[in-house]
Amino acid sequence: MSKINLTVNDQQYSLEAIPGETLSTLLRERLRLIGTKIGCEEAECGACTVLVDGEPMMSCVYPAERADGKTIVTIEGLAQRVHEEMKLHPLQEAFVEHGAVQCGFCIPGQIMTAYALLKRNPNPNSDDIRFALKDTLCRCAGYPSIENAILAAAQALRTGEPVKKPTHIPNSAHSHKTVGHSHLRPEAVEKVTGEAVYTDDLKFDGMLYAKVKRAMIPHGFLKRLNISKAKALQGVIAVLTAEDIPAEKNHGLVIFDWPVMVGLGERVRYVGDALAIVAAETQEIAETAISLIEAEFDLQPIIANPVQAREAGVPQIHENGNLLKHIKVRKGDMDKGFAEADVVLEHTFHTPTTDHAFMEPECSIGVPLPDGRMEIYVGSQIPYQDRTQVARVMGWPEERVRIVGQLMGGGFGGKEDVMGQIHVAMLANVTQRPVKLLFDRRDSLIVHPKRHATQIRVKVGAKKDGRIVAMETELYGDTGAYASLGEKVMTRATTHSAGPYDIEHVRADCYAMYTNNPPAGAFRGFGVTQSAFAVESMMDMLAEKLGIERVELRRMNALHVGSVTNTGQVLNESVGLTECIDKVDAEMRKHNPRPFDPIADEADLNIVRAWGLAAAYKNTGLGGGAPDISGADVELYADGTFQVRSSAAELGQGLVTVMRLIVAEEMSIPPEQVHVLVMDTDLTPNGGPTTASRQTFVTGNASRYAAKTLRDQISASMAEKFDVRPEQIRFENGTVHVNGHSLSYADVYKEMTALGQQPRVRYEYEAPKTKPLGEGGDMHFAFSFATQAAEVKVNKLTGEVRVLRVIAANDVGMAVNPLGLQGQVEGGVMMGLGNCLTEEFIVENGNVVTDHLARYRVPGIMLTPEITSIIVEHPISAGPYGAKGVGEVSSIPTTPAITNAIYNAVGVRIDKLPVDQEMIARELWEREGK
Amino acid sequence: MSGKSPPYSTTDSGVGIAKHPIEKCRRMKGHHMNLWQEYKRPTSVAEAVQALASAPGPALPIAGGTDLILDLRQGNHLPIHTLIDLTFIPEMSALEMRGDSLYIGAAVPVSRVARDPLVGAHAQALTEAANLIAGPQVRNTATLGGNVAHALPAADGTIALTALDAIAEVAGASGTRKMPFTSLFLGPGKSAIDKTKEIIVGFHIPVKTSEVSETSEVLRASSCFKRIMRPQGVALPILNCAVWLERSGEVVNDIHIAIGPGGPVPFRTTDAESALRGQPLTDAALTRALDALLAQAKFRDSARRASADYRRHIVVGLFKDVLETAWKRAEQD
Repeated sequence: MSKINLTVNDQQYSLEAIPGETLSTLLRERLRLIGTKIGCEEAECGACTVLVDGEPMMSCVYPAERADGKTIVTIEGLAQRVHEEMKLHPLQEAFVEHGAVQCGFCIPGQIMTAYALLKRNPNPNSDDIRFALKDTLCRCAGYPSIENAILAAAQALRTGEPVKKPTHIPNSAHSHKTVGHSHLRPEAVEKVTGEAVYTDDLKFDGMLYAKVKRAMIPHGFLKRLNISKAKALQGVIAVLTAEDIPAEKNHGLVIFDWPVMVGLGERVRYVGDALAIVAAETQEIAETAISLIEAEFDLQPIIANPVQAREAGVPQIHENGNLLKHIKVRKGDMDKGFAEADVVLEHTFHTPTTDHAFMEPECSIGVPLPDGRMEIYVGSQIPYQDRTQVARVMGWPEERVRIVGQLMGGGFGGKEDVMGQIHVAMLANVTQRPVKLLFDRRDSLIVHPKRHATQIRVKVGAKKDGRIVAMETELYGDTGAYASLGEKVMTRATTHSAGPYDIEHVRADCYAMYTNNPPAGAFRGFGVTQSAFAVESMMDMLAEKLGIERVELRRMNALHVGSVTNTGQVLNESVGLTECIDKVDAEMRKHNPRPFDPIADEADLNIVRAWGLAAAYKNTGLGGGAPDISGADVELYADGTFQVRSSAAELGQGLVTVMRLIVAEEMSIPPEQVHVLVMDTDLTPNGGPTTASRQTFVTGNASRYAAKTLRDQISASMAEKFDVRPEQIRFENGTVHVNGHSLSYADVYKEMTALGQQPRVRYEYEAPKTKPLGEGGDMHFAFSFATQAAEVKVNKLTGEVRVLRVIAANDVGMAVNPLGLQGQVEGGVMMGLGNCLTEEFIVENGNVVTDHLARYRVPGIMLTPEITSIIVEHPISAGPYGAKGVGEVSSIPTTPAITNAIYNAVGVRIDKLPVDQEMIARELWEREGK
Repeated sequence: MSGKSPPYSTTDSGVGIAKHPIEKCRRMKGHHMNLWQEYKRPTSVAEAVQALASAPGPALPIAGGTDLILDLRQGNHLPIHTLIDLTFIPEMSALEMRGDSLYIGAAVPVSRVARDPLVGAHAQALTEAANLIAGPQVRNTATLGGNVAHALPAADGTIALTALDAIAEVAGASGTRKMPFTSLFLGPGKSAIDKTKEIIVGFHIPVKTSEVSETSEVLRASSCFKRIMRPQGVALPILNCAVWLERSGEVVNDIHIAIGPGGPVPFRTTDAESALRGQPLTDAALTRALDALLAQAKFRDSARRASADYRRHIVVGLFKDVLETAWKRAEQD
């Protein structure tokens, strides 16, 4: 064996060469430098970037033996020890200060790429930065913040002055002492130093590696399964099949229809169905074992789309047929509505399946404990539901399972369903050893639920003056092989399908259909992304038909306080839609007073620019009658610090910061004095699912009320101790003032424990009750509103589209952390832009074509437009300080704003996503030929 | 609570996402599904050719290796026993003037090609193509040799080298030989080089320095490369074009035009070249050249990327743009 002599972060190593090893594996597995992340292992995402002899390289495709004689710098090599403490590199500091860190998974790659750039070019401009970071993907997509951070770091390095903080993010108009001001994430520093631990970064003594045998056929019955060769392979410890499932055979979030493994004679419904699971001493052995498993099927005809699924006489995929749910919205009288209309328009739109493409692929580790309990380490959006699902399948009481949530490299709805959690529990239970199941990018793309592909027909009727009197929609949603959250997602698509408008007569019918495609479930926007594209395109078509200015058409029909929604809900407060429309309109007209008229480029007449606009709304919270509950603990410790705990998920969106700020606000202390623990089913109360833009509202409220209750207890306790009335006790600047005495919280802790009182409160918050669809009344307890305008540049010859600017206004109720909100808005816009222009998860007859990141393009920094965020705050009384959700609504209007802009530029109506430049070019040349 | 290592000076770390002590790695040896078994680092071309011939199992040269390692990992390539790393061979990493040619070793990273002033001065089309191949990190390992060895009819580097009329130097058991660039390609993805026996060592790009012609006009050579992409799917250009020309006053003295994909192999539109060679660059000449280009090119439909119709439509603007840019570059000072 040859030796590899290399220098890593100034340390010299001499290592035995291991056949087939890449540099990323050497760094992560042998040197335990876990800051180098693996997002795709196909040189697409850039998360694994390290410097080799000063140049940034993708270490996932760099043979370790090539590193012989070379000098490597990883993210761990940037911070310098100065005296007793670590001093961050200005780049690291700037990323923290500018809010460029969200989920954090891509950050080591971003910083290393930027570090190499600044070494070569100490004074880069925006173009230089974009050129250098072209292939370093960030799915939270805080590209503008990343760019600003790099500019600030470069300046600090050139001048020797401290890193400049961002100045363009205003405080909330409703700010208090702490909430409403920009604050840094508590976990940002560990994310920029590479110390942040994600699930795959964990290793346990004696840990085994798992791999899943997938059916890889879209539809059929399993006729034969031979695992004997896999079992016989040296290093394989366990091979399990459906026969080994201890109790319940299926999992699911609403309906338990998804087999943990498909057994002999049972039906395979999509390519990702599991047939067998293997645990082996190494990943390589597990993979070899999987390749030795033989499966035979009785193939069945494939249901490839939801329209076909509803046709008569086609094969039925599930016992109850192919229809998961027929969802209906009824308001007013359609015949009357259309009879009143002066103009009726009808059009059908199509949206494709899309993938979350979170940078961190799924990973679960099962760890059996000596007392028979099982720990599952996983990045999950719903830890308590994971616990339930694992326990059901194992036939255990729930308490026997502990979900220990880890930092997550993004979720966006794609980490709500169980992926490896049950499989590792089974394998760890049988082997009584820790078992890790890490999905590679291909597993991730093939297996987890996607955004629903839809077909949406919209029929609208309006009066000449622009008042919309009738809206009829018909939706088909492809929920794939299993229900996941399909019914909920398509319900949201349906109830929002008439747009954020006040319309007297509405009818919507949706058919959520099973097919043999990968399942579809939650994905940021939750169905509304799709229906907003359809209805907002239709709004512009209607404006043109009526000859009414499109902004005015939206304004005159916009939901307002007092409106009744499609589902019969009276909106009593917090409807900031008109302000969103007005502010975006005004900002857009600063750039161009006639924004919707095409302007040809002076240098090249084939290049045409124009603006487009779209509005949207999105519910906060589960709604539809589901109890919406979150629990939080707040506890005071001896050192005067607090901890707030909830099993809500931090997936990069910033919930942990929100919880921290709220408790700091309530206790009148600096945020640094509050620690946050999340996602551990043993240590934190159930925060419910992290979905539906609900956590700031529900867990924010739970944290707030827990803190308030604790404050009351402290007051009561101190009142008793000092013999004053509780109202005389004041909480100010980290101190409790009692009748002339000033107590620190450490003093308070001492006093209370001396009285035998535990300074700890658990609060279970339940959001205002909602009603199921069809019953009228409040289907949701809050809605967020948004408007976006996009300026595009279209090349009339090639059809190429570039988005130049996006102006986004979001009514968030109240901005708890404006810095975090900025990241949510930037990321929302970029995800919307990807949905519009670059992303299409292609499935052909049940087989996944886009099974690599190279085939599924998520937008990079090069496609990032100038993004202007306008925060609109119409507080909602039940929300914490008036706040409601923003995670989803920030992403919803982007697509129709862009496609409307394309129409305004060149007159081509996009009714199918993603935008196809060839279709634009073809339509233009055919038109010219006429 | 989170275990904090050394305290940091700017911000604190107060989040607790439950962790577990990390145990020492215990990597198993033995039965692996390894991407390769042996890795050789020869330091001369002869040694590399010898290593290919003497490997105990299937062997391949690896330069940048991005595509090869992906193909091995994704099971798109037959298993390989030995990889022979070409980046330790000085001759293959050289980039210098050699007589009337610019020599670029086949293992020179694309990023170095993109930044090199000699390439910028004598082969601007290649500079432009090199700046567009893959992304910045991949360009630091990817090589022109790899770009060419894949034999794709629209690889950016390949199209630039086609227009620059490069000569390839190929080494095999019987020594090295020089091959005209276009003779390296047999079909889409099919190279004339047997990678299990031969190695592309480098490329010689003929360099014409300014000279005075018979009509006492100064001859100036220049080149240009551009491409059109689509934002979805595979990051391959749907159309690219490179032009090298030699300008004599208002006359096109000589010209090479490469279009990708314009056929199964990297395509030189010789008919369009003939329509322009020796002609003043007038609208009429340009129209004749375009007609010739469209008649000679064999555009095809490629699923999810572009139809033949679309390529025929957009090639007009792309070709004019590239030609005019090269033409202006060759203008007298």
